[in-house]
Amino acid sequence: MLSRVADSIYWMSRYVERAENVARFIEVNLQLMLDAPSGEDQQWEPLVNTTGDHEAFTKRCGNATQQNVIHFLTFDAENPNSILSCVRAARENARTIREIISSEMWLQLNKFYLTVTAAAADSSAQANPHEFFTEVKNASHLFNGVAAATMTHGEPWHFFHMGQVLERADKTSRILDVKYFILLRSVQDVGTPFDDIQWAAVLRSASAFEMYRKRHGRISPKSVVEFLLLDREFPRAIHFCLLAARDSLYAISGTPPGTFRYVPEKLVGQLCSDLSFTSVDEIVNSGLHEYLDNLQTRMNQVAAGIYETFFALKTPKPAKRSMQHQTQ
Amino acid sequence: MRFERYEVGEFFDETFGENGQPRASARGLVNNIENLPQGELLNRQRAAERALLQMGITFNVYGERAGVEKIFPFDLVPRIVAAAEWSRIERGLKQRITALNHFINDLYHDQKILKDGILPAEIVLASKAFRKQCIGFNPPRGIWCHVTGTDLVRHRDGQIYVLEDNLRCPSGVSYVLENRAVMKSMFPQVFAASKIRPVASYPSRLRDMLEFLALEQAAEPRCVLLTPGIYNSAYFEHSFLAQQMGVELVEGRDLVVDDGYVCMRTTKGFERVDVIYRRIDDDFLDPQCFRPDSMLGVPGLMEVYQNGNVALANAPGGGVADDKVIYAYVPRIVKYYLDEDIILQNVPTYICSEADDLKYVLENLEHLVVKAANESGGYGMLVGPHSTAEQRAEFAEKVKANPRNYIAQPTLALSRVPTLVDDHFEGRHVDLRPYILYGKDIFVLPGGLTRVALKKGSLVVNSSQGGGSKDTWVLADAPVPENDELTPPSRALAAKVAA
Repeated sequence: MLSRVADSIYWMSRYVERAENVARFIEVNLQLMLDAPSGEDQQWEPLVNTTGDHEAFTKRCGNATQQNVIHFLTFDAENPNSILSCVRAARENARTIREIISSEMWLQLNKFYLTVTAAAADSSAQANPHEFFTEVKNASHLFNGVAAATMTHGEPWHFFHMGQVLERADKTSRILDVKYFILLRSVQDVGTPFDDIQWAAVLRSASAFEMYRKRHGRISPKSVVEFLLLDREFPRAIHFCLLAARDSLYAISGTPPGTFRYVPEKLVGQLCSDLSFTSVDEIVNSGLHEYLDNLQTRMNQVAAGIYETFFALKTPKPAKRSMQHQTQ
Repeated sequence: MRFERYEVGEFFDETFGENGQPRASARGLVNNIENLPQGELLNRQRAAERALLQMGITFNVYGERAGVEKIFPFDLVPRIVAAAEWSRIERGLKQRITALNHFINDLYHDQKILKDGILPAEIVLASKAFRKQCIGFNPPRGIWCHVTGTDLVRHRDGQIYVLEDNLRCPSGVSYVLENRAVMKSMFPQVFAASKIRPVASYPSRLRDMLEFLALEQAAEPRCVLLTPGIYNSAYFEHSFLAQQMGVELVEGRDLVVDDGYVCMRTTKGFERVDVIYRRIDDDFLDPQCFRPDSMLGVPGLMEVYQNGNVALANAPGGGVADDKVIYAYVPRIVKYYLDEDIILQNVPTYICSEADDLKYVLENLEHLVVKAANESGGYGMLVGPHSTAEQRAEFAEKVKANPRNYIAQPTLALSRVPTLVDDHFEGRHVDLRPYILYGKDIFVLPGGLTRVALKKGSLVVNSSQGGGSKDTWVLADAPVPENDELTPPSRALAAKVAA
């Protein structure tokens, strides 16, 4: 397939996944703030920190309040990672590959876009964001479901899938980090029932609450970290996502499992091994935030490797200018 | 909704005869519409619009913020073409394309038509679309104009005239296909009862035509569609056609010339391309051959083409035959190459580079439509009867400064079709663009894009200027003609055509 097309499919699915996850971590923060003891400061700044857009935010919006953080992350057209911008970018990518994706996928993504632009223009949607975030999550699920059910699971599909799971792994790590920032402010809460409520909210924001209960039963911070980071079977867990990215990568390249030919294969293989052979105690003891930070850097390197290997093909020598001689 | 208050007016109406009765070909449709429950047609119209928006069947508007898309307004009441009339149109179009292909080939070889003095060499050779780079070239299978969209109009006299030939990258065929899909879901009963010729085979025909151009040795030729990208106004169509044909949609940056062939960049390296259906203009095709500042094209493409290692449709250089000045000579071109009289008449045309015509044009601007030779989409055009004295004075200066670039035509009273306006029907002016493919043989798609000027009284049907579209139903069997006879061409027009 065309490199440009592969690039667009990959980014189309990354942007849809990103929009969904932005909705998820605004939701987790709304939950956390609702449950916060009265008198506690509202903490919205950590949210902007975890998305990595802190500088742009302070420059344009000043102090972090619930209202301006939510606006920045949801409908701000100038923030390239707002839900509105992500869905628009996903759709722009889809427009360049409409002949590759199924018409059902296009229809769903187009509806998604129309929903978000309509909400952006409607002040009542902005006053009551809960319903909107649920809608965003559902639209994203529907899009992914339609894709899985209507697209041939060949090379284009694997680029689609790889974009989706790499983005999800990155964002799950950031959702864990949101809780970390809150923790920093309230060390005295560790181990209290209030702490439990907070961890439950983190699980819910990753649609992981029920699945976690089946696996670990009681809520404990360590088990939550283990579940969202190291679980091999839960589809929003980082380990699961990286294993899935690895499988799609190998399906694309045709490289035999357990070996590597391209840089991203090596990097993603190493990441998967590390997650397989690390215990949650080691992670927590060495510092969760540092571990997640390092993980994010390495996942970015995988993405950069995919770009170099598949999307940025080198141009051969320039053609000669002889045609004009023939005719003049 | 009923037609009882509908006024045919002083125009030719495609649906109703002068007596106010539906034409034989339209009776089924009119009955069906009149028997719909109250409000149902409006509901269907809204459902159709919603479907088009959700399917993203939109076009980009130049000059507005990037990414602004509009749906191409669509009106549910179709235009119907009777079988006998269509068969004449089809013959006329085949004749015209055959002659134009001969003409283009002659211009780039012996130029016999110029040597025989049939049309003035200085006019042809001065055309912006005449490409010196193509002199002496033999395109694959000898075909220059592979895809043509010819604009036809019907005047008050009932005659069909050719308004212009579009031989470069005519767009709109995707709307023909999508409009039909929408109509079938809105009026299934009418489709079941009438014999409406299908249009769905167009993408397969297009692909067959492209594969016909490939080198003999290419067992499974790889065809691609080359688009300028998503900001082009016709991007939806490019993507739609590529999808329907099952070929790759490529941009200039996806293609590269390597070792004498055109290749595309894929995730598995470079892969060779045999046929390119290009939807970008000659000017932007190859910065080494045409405009050096083109960012859309493929450097070195023309050299590969000239060496016969890739086929291009339409052939570069073919646009010379749809120059609006050369258009005026098409009846003579048909006579010269085919020794036949032209079947579909031209609209009478004044050529501003001829002194008498120029004088007439300048004295009668308020009655004429003046067009620049190399503009499309309704730009660079003066519609005399709808212009102000100031606009006419300004345009007169432009014409005097460069008469070669202008032609003028009498304002035609374009025929009308009933169109849904709020909650009733009003007549709106239409034209018709059928599509012709020239491959192994010449295929005329039975249908076409009926463009409709939605503004009351307006004659400009272009989508960029407030036009919309309708489905076009070409009927398979001749219905019994009753009071359906057409009047002969009006004398004034006939006199000019003969001149």
